[in-house]
Amino acid sequence: MNLTLHVWRQKNPQSEGRFVTYQAKNIIPDMSFLEMLDVVNQELIMNGEEPIAFEHDCREGICGSCGMVINGYPHGGHRGTTACQLHMRHFKDGDTITIEPWRARAFPVMKDLIVDRSAFDRIIQAGGFISANTGAAQDANTILVPKQNAEAAMDAAACIGCGACVAACPNASAMLFTAAKIAHLGLLPQGQPERYTRVVRMVEQMDKEGFGGCTNIGECAAACPKEIPLDVIARMNRDLLVAKLKGVN
Amino acid sequence: MAAALTLYRTTIGKKAVMAITGFIGYGFVILHMLGNLKIFEGAEGFNEYAHFLRTVGYPLVPERGLLWVVRIILLTAVILHITAAIQLTRIDWASRPKGYRQIRRKQATFAAMTLRWGGLAIFLFIVYHLAHLTFGLGIPNFGGHETAYQNVVASFSNPINVVIYIAGVGALGMHLYHGVWSMFQTLGLNGPRTDGLWRGLATLSGILLFLGFSAVPVAVFTGLVR
Ligand code: HEM
Ligand code: SF4
Ligand code: FES
Repeated sequence: MNLTLHVWRQKNPQSEGRFVTYQAKNIIPDMSFLEMLDVVNQELIMNGEEPIAFEHDCREGICGSCGMVINGYPHGGHRGTTACQLHMRHFKDGDTITIEPWRARAFPVMKDLIVDRSAFDRIIQAGGFISANTGAAQDANTILVPKQNAEAAMDAAACIGCGACVAACPNASAMLFTAAKIAHLGLLPQGQPERYTRVVRMVEQMDKEGFGGCTNIGECAAACPKEIPLDVIARMNRDLLVAKLKGVN
Repeated sequence: MAAALTLYRTTIGKKAVMAITGFIGYGFVILHMLGNLKIFEGAEGFNEYAHFLRTVGYPLVPERGLLWVVRIILLTAVILHITAAIQLTRIDWASRPKGYRQIRRKQATFAAMTLRWGGLAIFLFIVYHLAHLTFGLGIPNFGGHETAYQNVVASFSNPINVVIYIAGVGALGMHLYHGVWSMFQTLGLNGPRTDGLWRGLATLSGILLFLGFSAVPVAVFTGLVR
């Protein structure tokens, strides 16, 4: 199939950037979205032009680097799917596709479709360590975790830090990401000693990075390729309020 | 105390203030709506109710004592709610300096997306409402709370007031259709098991408040209450 692409091209963080139109020719429906871009880039390289820069690594939905807004939807808008997992069979011959980078003050565009998500790393760093004994690992069965908590913690831990939640949020809020990270430690016994200082530090850093606030619209969870549920945000709010009641600063 | 102040510095803390003050407003509008329905008891019943609001608690507290306590709580809540709303809106609007060429929403409701404009509409409505029915602006033969019933009838005999009122309470219904669910989420009182409950409560609240408030102008305008 043949497609028309409108792609955001931007040389570097300082430059203006603009949309450029390309033709994607002879695309096979079984290709992934990134493979389609590879084909376009191959042609650009052959013609001596600069290929479209996009981030990618695992190409199987686990690294979180391939974020881009495709026709108005982060990752293309299919349930539980990253851009690298998006198949071209979802498009029709002759379709026009608009491809843009994440837009948020805290995610500056580096080049073309690549944004700098270091703000997420700094939020994680602000969370700090968990206390763990060194030496020989203790017997796994000595730490009991209720099945429900184990499941919920696992679900929260599925967050790959892709930033689609920020991209989809009308307020460019990072609450879903931050809340997922807080929930996955806060639900487990190993996360308890630092539970309240962690939420205070991470929320503080999240605000400092320039993300917006949450108006509970829910677009984040709807866009999340790992289907992180909205209730992790309620959990984070609760933990922060309890932390402040306990006087944690 | 220090913790409360540092809490307010966070976006979540500001939201918590919005949720608590919003909850106060929610409680108030429910009671206000139920009180308004006394109009269907006729002039005597309604004016007696207006009088009761001024004397409740007397002689234990001075006349109008409780009324003023409630007024001060409500005024404080409205000021805090609006202050936090403006601060958060500025943060939210600054967070995406360059927008998308094309962005599509998957599930956002109209009510959630228009919370700020709905809030602004409610604010303007409150100003109009107080000037009109509390201070008598634009009501012929306004007699203060002694003639509360007659004031309402005089007001809603004019279709302009009916339209403004229904638009105002429509905005309120919308605001709470999202806001009531949202306040439980903001205060961390939501989870997978309670989500449907709060969603249902919010939907019901928005609809019933709109219908309950609208009943009065509609009844007057159609001549049911005169
Ligand atoms: C009787 C009047 C009002 C009631 C009962 C009310 C109630 C509420 C409630 C329950 C919420 C949800 C809070 C949360 O998500 O935690 C809310 C949010 C909000 N309200 Fe109001 N409100 C009223 C008037 C206003 C006014 C006058 C304004 C603005 C001028 C306003 C602006 C907002 C905004 C912007 C939000 C969203 C805050 C955010 O999520 O960041 N509201 N309101
Ligand atoms: S919460 Fe979901 S959308 Fe947000 S960074 Fe994690 S995986 Fe991506
Ligand atoms: S390339 Fe790793 S998630 Fe898409």
